[in-house]
Amino acid sequence: MSQRSEAFEPDTTPDSPELGLLGWLRWIWRQLTSMRTALILLLMLAAAAIPGSLYPQRSADPNGVTTYFQGNPELAKILDWFQLFDVYSSVWFSAIYILLFVSLIGCVVPRTRVHYRAMRSQPGEVPARLTRFPGYKKTITDASAKAILDTAEAALAEQGYRLVRRKESISAERGYLRETGNLVFHFALIGVLIAAGIGGGFSYNGQRVLVEGEVFVNNLASYDSFAPGVFFDEKQLKPFAVALDKFEVSFDLKNRTNIGTPLDFRAYVSTKISGDAKGSSSVIRVNEPLELPGANVYLTGNGYAPVVTFTDADGQISFSGPVVFLPQDANYTSLGVVKLPDSKPKQFGVLAFFYPTKQELKTGAFTSIYPDPVDPLLSMNLYVGDLGLNDGSPKNVFSLNTHGLDQVAGGKSGTKAVKMVIGQTVKLPSGLGSVTFNGLKRFASLDIAYNPAEIWILLFALLAIGGLGVSLSVSRRRVWVRKFEGGFEVAALAHNDDPRISAIVAELVATIAPKKGRKK
Amino acid sequence: MAIYTLSFLVFVWHLSSVASEGKSSPSRSSNLQKIGFGLLVLALFVHGIGVVSRGIAASRVPWANMYEFSISGSFILVAIFVFAWRVRDIRIIATFVTGFALLVLGTATNIFYVQVKTLMPALQSYWLVIHVTVAVLATAFFNIAAALSVAYLLKTSAYVEKSQSKVVGFARRVLAAFPDQQRLERLQVRFNSIGLVLWSFTLIAGAIWAQRAWHRYWGWDTKEVWTFIIWTLYAGYFHATSTRGWTGKRAAWLSLVGFTAIIFNFTIVNLFFKGLHVYSGL
Repeated sequence: MSQRSEAFEPDTTPDSPELGLLGWLRWIWRQLTSMRTALILLLMLAAAAIPGSLYPQRSADPNGVTTYFQGNPELAKILDWFQLFDVYSSVWFSAIYILLFVSLIGCVVPRTRVHYRAMRSQPGEVPARLTRFPGYKKTITDASAKAILDTAEAALAEQGYRLVRRKESISAERGYLRETGNLVFHFALIGVLIAAGIGGGFSYNGQRVLVEGEVFVNNLASYDSFAPGVFFDEKQLKPFAVALDKFEVSFDLKNRTNIGTPLDFRAYVSTKISGDAKGSSSVIRVNEPLELPGANVYLTGNGYAPVVTFTDADGQISFSGPVVFLPQDANYTSLGVVKLPDSKPKQFGVLAFFYPTKQELKTGAFTSIYPDPVDPLLSMNLYVGDLGLNDGSPKNVFSLNTHGLDQVAGGKSGTKAVKMVIGQTVKLPSGLGSVTFNGLKRFASLDIAYNPAEIWILLFALLAIGGLGVSLSVSRRRVWVRKFEGGFEVAALAHNDDPRISAIVAELVATIAPKKGRKK
Repeated sequence: MAIYTLSFLVFVWHLSSVASEGKSSPSRSSNLQKIGFGLLVLALFVHGIGVVSRGIAASRVPWANMYEFSISGSFILVAIFVFAWRVRDIRIIATFVTGFALLVLGTATNIFYVQVKTLMPALQSYWLVIHVTVAVLATAFFNIAAALSVAYLLKTSAYVEKSQSKVVGFARRVLAAFPDQQRLERLQVRFNSIGLVLWSFTLIAGAIWAQRAWHRYWGWDTKEVWTFIIWTLYAGYFHATSTRGWTGKRAAWLSLVGFTAIIFNFTIVNLFFKGLHVYSGL
């Protein structure tokens, strides 16, 4: 007996075919392009985007990244290795969205083929057993086939079904637009990605600080900083000039809760495009950039540029002109640096503070209490020594490295900081000469940016929304009506588990055989 | 706010009476529901006057800081809900919608309140009306869908079904008055659909405005990042509704995750994260 049961013991090892390399590739591809994978990749993408909001990103906040390195150098190095300061161009983030797009294309292209064929063909034969379908109703009636099918055809056609009427049955289908919208949406996303990629390559973005009276000419040398895209070519910079005539700020003087808050920034500029006979003037404001050929000029910041003249001990002018001071707070307390390497007898550097509306604090230090120059004061700390400009390496114009320099005015030097109001000339200590505060100018920081693909990205994005709206609102259904001896049956199938399907069938039945039919 | 509280209380009363009486005695409960609805409409009207007068006081649209955004947002939420009243099955979540609106208003008036301030230059653009309005509308739809998701999850929860505790038993009877699972799921999908289309528009309008004001249409600023995260989460939700094994409960959870991200976007990102969007002080 035991021998027989052994012989009958079923072999439970699975009997699937062995996959060769091609088989494995096909299997991987099938998994990658499945809805489940797309869903998981989408959730991963959302999660992967989170770190970019927790850590400063080089693209949006380079200052923040530098500060992070200064504050936590060890941790910063580790974070940097994981590319957490460049999340959106990082290897892992890119891998996720590239996989997602591959999955998208791999799914959408075959579906387009299927949809195209479906759109061109008529609804198929009525399935043999309609009882299986979620919406099903059988009705006993004496009406003739013609009467039943005529009514059904009319009702369905009115609801926009595409139908085929055969001898004793109707096959109807509607809602092709849903799939069309769906495909349009997904293809439009690909369009957005491609346009963004190409546009980003040909785009550029540069900054320039322009003092009142200065002119900016559009070439690489004129920019303070410049960031081109990968395919950028210098010939893309169209020749034009922008001069800042005047910069104005309007402040809120009426609302007591925020007196002194700026209401409007206006940069009055004159522009001349090469080849035009005359120039033109315009105003650049925060939400209104200046549009020029091949570039848009944006107003992103502003501040003060006091005009000073330094005369050295020999009576020679060692420096004269406006100096850009960087605002430090909402009341425009500003910090500026002047380096005098050619001053005789000694080189010196100046760390200066400008207060548009000065107020002396109890500590003896000053601060500004209002952003407009109602009562301006310029205060300078002086440092004598080798400024380090001789070795030819580039130095930050806005910072003074006081390491190795002797402070001769201000701070703990023993001598008070040099203070002046507009129009005043003051003699400098230590025989350094004298300085005059000639006047006060303002400056505007301008961003010049250009991205040729912007309009395409917008168009694709709008197309995507259109496709999305259509695909989420159109319902896709199939309905079959079949006459049999003594009655007829109706069945319907929806694209998703649509609970309304039974109601739809009931409605149709009621239309075909109103009160006369007896429901089984 | 007082009227909202009254409306909320009436709705709670209605819900509990429905639970205890069961579906078989609709008349008393439905009267309660009608009273609740009437109070809600009145409360909405008063709320609307409040929002409009804030706008007049500031001579601009009333959504330039957290306080204003909260009062406008909750107003739109209740307004959309009132319009959706026609969808009978929606009515049962009235308790939660009024409760949530109360919570938002309470937080707004007590924590977020600031005096009227003039609009800073960066916000002086007609895009403020477009971008923020659409964002608020989208949030309202996502909000209602999230409430439906909670109802769905409670209704399909094995714990709720089997638990012996009295509290859960009461909850079970309350839930019996809710529409059935399929209907809840379908409504979720409907409201989330509208929400996603509106949210996509929010994202695009924001990008257009960013291009005008900040010289680039997308820069991975913290709020832009979280708008993208929310969009991707809801995109995942819609994929889930078409994926075997992910419909039903898992999709409902995804809907809630998406809504959590919206709340996070509005509160934590505005208050604690650095970025270009954080400038109104509050």
